[in-house]
Amino acid sequence: MRPGSTSSACAAVIRRDLTLIWRRRGDALNPILFALMVIALFPLALGPEPEQLRRIAAGVVFVALLLAGLLALDTLFRSDYEDGSLEQLVLSPHPLSLLLGCKVAVHWLTTALPLIAVAPLLGELLHLPGDVRGVLVLALLLATPLLSLIGAVCVALTVGMHRSGMLLALLVLPLYVPVLIFGAGACNAAQTGLPFLAPLLWLAAALVLALVLAPLACAAALRISLS
Amino acid sequence: MNALTLWFHKTGSPPTFYRIAGVLVPWCYGIGLVLGLVGLYGGLVAAPRDYQQGDAYRIIFVHVPCAWMGLFAYFFMAANAFVALVWRIKLSEILAMASAPIGAAFTFITLVTGSLWGKPMWGTWWTWDARLTSELVLLFLYLGVMGLYAAIEDRRQAARAAGFLALIGIVNLPIVHFSVNWWNTLHQGSTVRLIGPSKIDPAMIWPLLTMALATHVWFFGSVLARTRTGLLELDAGKDWVRRIALAEGARRD
Amino acid sequence: MTDFLAMGGYGAYVWTSIAVFLVVLALEALAPGVQRRRVLAEIRGRVQRRATRAPRNDETP
Repeated sequence: MRPGSTSSACAAVIRRDLTLIWRRRGDALNPILFALMVIALFPLALGPEPEQLRRIAAGVVFVALLLAGLLALDTLFRSDYEDGSLEQLVLSPHPLSLLLGCKVAVHWLTTALPLIAVAPLLGELLHLPGDVRGVLVLALLLATPLLSLIGAVCVALTVGMHRSGMLLALLVLPLYVPVLIFGAGACNAAQTGLPFLAPLLWLAAALVLALVLAPLACAAALRISLS
Repeated sequence: MNALTLWFHKTGSPPTFYRIAGVLVPWCYGIGLVLGLVGLYGGLVAAPRDYQQGDAYRIIFVHVPCAWMGLFAYFFMAANAFVALVWRIKLSEILAMASAPIGAAFTFITLVTGSLWGKPMWGTWWTWDARLTSELVLLFLYLGVMGLYAAIEDRRQAARAAGFLALIGIVNLPIVHFSVNWWNTLHQGSTVRLIGPSKIDPAMIWPLLTMALATHVWFFGSVLARTRTGLLELDAGKDWVRRIALAEGARRD
Repeated sequence: MTDFLAMGGYGAYVWTSIAVFLVVLALEALAPGVQRRRVLAEIRGRVQRRATRAPRNDETP
């Protein structure tokens, strides 16, 4: 059989992943529910004073979305590993990094994008000032793909393991630190009236770098853990 | 094959390295111990009292060398992981994984002694100072590498996966440091800065350097000791390991 | 001597630091020895199991 072109392979991967996710579309709501519950915990723990909640709103939304993304990461390669299609991807003649990039992109579209869509709403629950909302969404648009890409590398390293949840968190969270600092930092700067462009630009620069390097690293990591 | 690569391959072969390391380990521990005692004497007794911090500054003689070692061990681990991944050298895999727990131990000491130093000087056990935070992230990176290494059944695959993580970490480390610095300057004025020893007395600098040397030598001793165990574990089915195991068993009986 | 131990009032902090340093490094230095003994015992066990199993294998076929 003659192998198809790389672009058709990528399209096939994307179509397949989207179909699989569409069949289990109920699951797509889980990260949103999780983020909503985490957000709801903060007023319960800290008290309902709007002033206090407003001060921490952006950071809390950021952390809640980060944790929701962390929980969703596990599903990135899990089912593909279990049914053996991940090994087929590794064996395919097309560049593995590109195929994995497509998978990560689909994963981001289906888990992170809905979260970003509800982020202003979550901010509203914590009395986030209206003018910070735009910065929050912008920061999340730059930060969540970065989180997905970094997370994908670590998921690739733990792919063959049972019960990798806690370990994955241990591997991923230190790598998330800079993203969180710049993302939440931009929101906080906007809230206090400081210039917020610089952290966003740093995030964008890191995103460009990660877009190029993370799929390659992910492919290398996957080859190690499937060898 | 020229003489150098031949030497390299011979030294890198597990039984030879095991033997050489066995000779070196007690020397490293011994020299490290002597240098450490000299350094501690210099730091605790001989060095003069700091005019600003009193005697509390003497924590520097364990704190700073350990902080250096925490970073040094990470670089050592990452360099070996790189060699292991590119040239698939077994010995480098083991060396990299051997340095992870030692680096974690040094980073842990740095954090604890830093906290003990911070209490009398800053009035608090912990502040979200840039350096403290980066050091904490460094400890988490070490724990991640060790956790991954322990979680994978196959030893060689585990070493390669953990080594890969170490390499990702070393890319991340400067970014963390930079971002944390940026973050802390955003929240200005909340912390008291560590008083930098800008004009340090020679009587203070020599114990510090001696301690640094001692921890380095100690680190290599420990790396070699751990590598020997790692080699035994890896070559468990080989004849030379079986001979050592039986000889040790016979001596015990 | 008491002056030296008091460390100008900071004795508790200084000596705890030194103690943490020494104890952690001592534990860290003991760990490979313990692990080495465990690994070697395991290998000896494997060798003995094989030695006891070998003659039985000769009988069965």
